[in-house]
Amino acid sequence: MKKDEPIERHTISVLVDNEAGVLARVIGLFSGRGYNIESLTVAEVDQAEHTSRITVVTSGTPMVIEQIKAQLDRLVPVHKVVDLTVETKAVEREMALVKVAGSGEKRVEALRLSDAFRARVIDTTHASFIFEVTGTPEKLDAFIGLMRSLGLVDVSRTGVVAIARGPEAM
Amino acid sequence: MAAQELTGAEIVIKALVDQGVDTIFGYPGGAVLPIYDALFQQNKIRHILVRHEQGAVHAAEGYARSTGKPGVVLVTSGPGATNAITGLTDALMDSIPLVCLTGQVATHLIGSDAFQEADTVGITRHCTKHNWLVKSAPELARVMHEAFYVATHGRPGPVVIDIPKDVQFQKAEYTVSPHITHRTYRPVVKGDIEKIKEAVDLIANAKKPIFYTGGGVINSGPVASQLLREFVRLTGYPITSTLMGLGAYPASDKQWLGMLGMHGTYEANNAMHDCDVLINIGARFDDRVTGRLDAFSPHSKKIHVDIDASSINKNVRADVGIIGDCAHVLEDMLRIWKSKARRPDKAALADWWKQIDLWRGRKSLAFKTNDEVIKPQQAIQRLFEMTKGRETFITTEVGQHQMWAAQHFHFDEPNRWMTSGGLGTMGYGLPAAIGAQIAHPKALVVDIAGEASILMNIQEMSTAVQFMLPVKIFILNNEYMGMVRQWQELLHEGRYSHSYSDSLPDFVKLAEAYGATGIRASKPSELDAAIQKMIDTPGPVIFDCRVDQFENCYPMIPSGAAHNEMILGDDPEGASVSEEGKMLV
Repeated sequence: MKKDEPIERHTISVLVDNEAGVLARVIGLFSGRGYNIESLTVAEVDQAEHTSRITVVTSGTPMVIEQIKAQLDRLVPVHKVVDLTVETKAVEREMALVKVAGSGEKRVEALRLSDAFRARVIDTTHASFIFEVTGTPEKLDAFIGLMRSLGLVDVSRTGVVAIARGPEAM
Repeated sequence: MAAQELTGAEIVIKALVDQGVDTIFGYPGGAVLPIYDALFQQNKIRHILVRHEQGAVHAAEGYARSTGKPGVVLVTSGPGATNAITGLTDALMDSIPLVCLTGQVATHLIGSDAFQEADTVGITRHCTKHNWLVKSAPELARVMHEAFYVATHGRPGPVVIDIPKDVQFQKAEYTVSPHITHRTYRPVVKGDIEKIKEAVDLIANAKKPIFYTGGGVINSGPVASQLLREFVRLTGYPITSTLMGLGAYPASDKQWLGMLGMHGTYEANNAMHDCDVLINIGARFDDRVTGRLDAFSPHSKKIHVDIDASSINKNVRADVGIIGDCAHVLEDMLRIWKSKARRPDKAALADWWKQIDLWRGRKSLAFKTNDEVIKPQQAIQRLFEMTKGRETFITTEVGQHQMWAAQHFHFDEPNRWMTSGGLGTMGYGLPAAIGAQIAHPKALVVDIAGEASILMNIQEMSTAVQFMLPVKIFILNNEYMGMVRQWQELLHEGRYSHSYSDSLPDFVKLAEAYGATGIRASKPSELDAAIQKMIDTPGPVIFDCRVDQFENCYPMIPSGAAHNEMILGDDPEGASVSEEGKMLV
């Protein structure tokens, strides 16, 4: 085992049976074995089959990433584990709701910048906007960073969802 | 015509019978009363009443490990379930198939902090392979059969089924077949044939090979042991094993090097360090085995066969990793070896054995006896000699006695040796012996114990007496938590902080108080006769074997050291542990 192996960031998709406690199993695996979770999203993707897709962004050495995949794969309700960072080219998206409060020039500037990021205004008062912005996590970071000096008061992010390019299913 | 409706409790019993279960270990309580009532009204399943739920789980482990069948446990909600946790964790670490049924408060009370309520599936999620909360009787039969499937397939392990009390009363049809196709869990048993070919090439071309086998061979069943023997003999290569794998290869064979690891033999550990091809069959590169990882077997190509993909490349990088069941992979290895008419490199092998014989000549397990005091190793050696030729099952507690048992009691058959390897659970041995004795009523079952460990589940003496189980508890009594004391000598300048076994009971009187037989031996001259008396006594026996108080367990790889940096019993001076090593357990 090499201690100086580089830390890599990986996006892993996990298809699971949507049974009680399945999310706790996945999270418990990460906390119990000391793995990182940078973001985690989960929702049912097939109602008839009762399957959910969990997208987890994690980081670790290549050996740790391999362990994480093997550990996930041996959980009983797991159908399939795919490392979207390694095995395929994938697209990743995240959505954020960003509340910015303010007035005057700052308010105008926030609106102008939101346009550059193709953020949508989904709620407005005389004193605030809520923007809906979608993109890569880096794009969201950039947008939120810019809003900080313009009256940012609240952020809610979904975490990353990802899917492989090309015609095949996971 | 609709199938007959059964209560949830009856479904549990019927599913157990359909799974071929004839014995369960348990303890009743409020939330499992309906299942106990259903047990009362049938005679296909025998219930062994333990005295503490931890004992039930260890007994089921002893039953499972001595038979290869899953062990079954029945306990109540709340404290019943939490008392089972140590046993479940033990079974998870050692890959023992168990099905543990826990009672739960009625579904409408869950979450209300009801009497004897605990979040059993939440608590046991981390110490089971899988678990289920069954919220209605119609799911119950399916879950029961799925639970047996999950516990016994792939890498075996414990599972929990949590059954609320109202579900035990609720009626439903029992329609499920005991043989299921699981939706998601389908472990690979056949290894990748290309990788097996690659492994066989490496094995055939090795100059300094060694087989390193583990509990996976035992778990794979007796066929795996047979195939391992055939393959090892065909190659003529040396073989060592982990604590968990003892018995898969006969210890009486000349190719056997003894156990490896922290208290393994000098020849096994040095051969691991110097080998050029390491053939790991069903072991997991545990830290007790590898010692310092960056100095572990530094010059070898490593083949790793394991049914659990997550074991491969977890601690040690494998050059050839084969995911599969040991028996299947060994069968393929043998077939390929034979069909390609492979031959080992005779000249290289002869040199390798010459080197190994030099290491063997060091006699790392040797110890000095005298007329005054019984050496613990001597006691085990005599026990071994005097029980040869019998069908003997050995369980242990945890500590020095456990390591001495592994070193000096030699096993020629699998499933005869039961010890808590991964978790290191003191208190394991007596209930495990009870489980083994239940499964093998005519065999000699001995719990090799320490005076500290045995007190952790001593209450199971009542179980042994009640069910007339002639288990023999062979206590190596040195009045110390010996392994703790040994480490305090090594790491803490002999400050024996709380490792003296003060206020011990009189074990002979204790045995008698339980209605069993107590025997004591204090002098080497008394030993043989006392052991013979123990063997000849029909019922349970507590044997208080007073041994040298300060004997330490050698050889030893101190924590943080490499395989070729062993401390030997005749040269313990100069033993030191690095600052980094002190952090390790």
